[in-house]
Amino acid sequence: MTAAIGFEDVRRAFGAIVAVDRVSFAIEPGEFFSMLGPSGSGKTTCLRLVAGFERPDAGVVRIDGIDVSDTPPYERDVNTVFQDYALFPHMSVLDNVTYGLRVRRMAAAECRRRGEEMLALVKLGDAGARRPAQLSGGQKQRVALARALANHPKVLLLDEPLGALDLKLREEMQLELRSLQRRLGITFVYVTHDQGEALSMSDRVAVFNRGRIEQLDAPQTLYARPRTAFVARFVGGANVIDGRYAVRAEHIEIAGPGVPATDDTVRIEGTIVDTQYQGAMRRWQVRTDAGELITATRPDDAAAGPVAAALPGHREPVPREPGTRVALRWPRTRMIALATD
Amino acid sequence: MAAVAAGAFAQPLRAFSAWSWRRPLLAAWLALVPPLLWFGTVYLGSLFALLAQSFYAIDEFTATIIPRFTLATWAQLVTQPANLDIVLRTTTMAIAVTVAAAIVAFPIANYMARYARGRMKAFFYVAVMLPMWTSYLVKVYAWRLILAKEGILAWILAGLGLDGALDSVLRAPGIGGPSLASSYLGMFIVFVYMWLPYMILPIAAALERVPGSLLSASADLGARPAQTFQHVTLPLALPGVAAGSIFTFSLTLGDYIIPSVVGAPGYFIGMMVYQQQGTAGNIPLAAAFSVVPIVLIGVYLALARRAGAFDAL
Repeated sequence: MTAAIGFEDVRRAFGAIVAVDRVSFAIEPGEFFSMLGPSGSGKTTCLRLVAGFERPDAGVVRIDGIDVSDTPPYERDVNTVFQDYALFPHMSVLDNVTYGLRVRRMAAAECRRRGEEMLALVKLGDAGARRPAQLSGGQKQRVALARALANHPKVLLLDEPLGALDLKLREEMQLELRSLQRRLGITFVYVTHDQGEALSMSDRVAVFNRGRIEQLDAPQTLYARPRTAFVARFVGGANVIDGRYAVRAEHIEIAGPGVPATDDTVRIEGTIVDTQYQGAMRRWQVRTDAGELITATRPDDAAAGPVAAALPGHREPVPREPGTRVALRWPRTRMIALATD
Repeated sequence: MAAVAAGAFAQPLRAFSAWSWRRPLLAAWLALVPPLLWFGTVYLGSLFALLAQSFYAIDEFTATIIPRFTLATWAQLVTQPANLDIVLRTTTMAIAVTVAAAIVAFPIANYMARYARGRMKAFFYVAVMLPMWTSYLVKVYAWRLILAKEGILAWILAGLGLDGALDSVLRAPGIGGPSLASSYLGMFIVFVYMWLPYMILPIAAALERVPGSLLSASADLGARPAQTFQHVTLPLALPGVAAGSIFTFSLTLGDYIIPSVVGAPGYFIGMMVYQQQGTAGNIPLAAAFSVVPIVLIGVYLALARRAGAFDAL
């Protein structure tokens, strides 16, 4: 089967800054594919290379198996949902949605029919006559989505489309985008810096760092088996010990310095830097004697205390005063070996 | 002691600050009074005095103004073919200059707003405004020399072997003349040059406000560059074009120096006003003539509004 999108050794530099550094990957048809990374990691440039707003300096970008390096954006069978929505302020919502059809000279009646169908798809059936300025952020987002889908593209590109929405709306839209993608069967390429978003929506995630892909895997694999220290920290928020192992914050136990090491645990001593109350959990930051900062999360005493006190085997509360010496312990089986570059 | 004195001095000032902070609208109105008085009396006052004068007439024999209401002056303006010619000639020139200025200005403004960055952008803005810091008369007389029969432009064209082409252009009826400096074509060139900055800057300002992502979105949805220009860039720049065209149109309508220094001998509205209120002493006719540009601008604004030039504001 031909890949929907193919990158072969693609490089794109802006002056001295190499935004995309010899990247190769393939996106399968119908896949929900996310490109995850911090700002400046090259994910948006990759999206723009697919859309046609950038040309590769070297390598080949393929859409449906065809080299599109010399194809301008208006001849590519992909459409984009822009981060700032980019709705045309001088057109009605319906005219925005049908723009792609009108510039391709589709008959007016058919334009209108499909435009209204698209607005109904994003649950904005009655907003066609309004101007973009009269819409809320969430509604603008939906119009941008309807407009990009109206051309029936093979691939939909989404550039941090939910970034400007508040948390509740974002979560709703995540569910909606995912179900829309399943229903339409279109390939989605989704750019985000939010690892939660990438993990919850995607079939596969490519983690970008400094213009390269650090790891490309299914969300579960990415979380359970980060290949590099960067992925462990960025995707899982895990601790990286010695640059060689990852340990999750929830797998680390904190106790007074008296607790011993055992054969199947690792024990490190350090000093509490600070703790943060997070509701049911509390987060400790501990500076080890080797100088590394380690994060551990445990149930908070205020929440767990009354229950724990009533249960057998109750232990002393975990120290939390900054400056207190503590011992950190975790099972060897919970350590994930990382690739060292 | 000094601190106490300063405190005593600051006290009423602080009280006033606090008072105006609590009543922002009243304070804004108070600040508006001096400019409003100035604008109201000097500008609007003179304007209405002028309008009133146009309803007086001049006594043909004594050349004195008869301060009695009459439509005779207006009748003279709209019925005498010579006067109508002047209005028509000036309006045609103003329209031609406005259209040409918009066509010349757009690519410059587009480059300034979309492509020029850093030093290049600063250079363009300074270069566009620089002529506005030079004396108007110097520029007009410079153009007369450039366009003269023995001038540098004719010399360059002759050097390129294009003097025949120039001659045939100058033989064209209506726009031609003995030389560029004494033709309507030459006058047109000077007008376009003079008012170009007033067209470039509003268009550039309008284009600066158009986010680049709108142009990307248009291309992304399948619009070729010409379609993006037609459907996105132009409609969003239209308020700027409208603002610029108000400048070029009204400046051309009112100008009397360029038509008297460069161009064919036909009169323009501005020259007529200057002559009638000066040498001829016919203030009522001068007043009637000077009302014409105001009416034309009003009509122009109404048309521009109907065409949707201000929809994107």
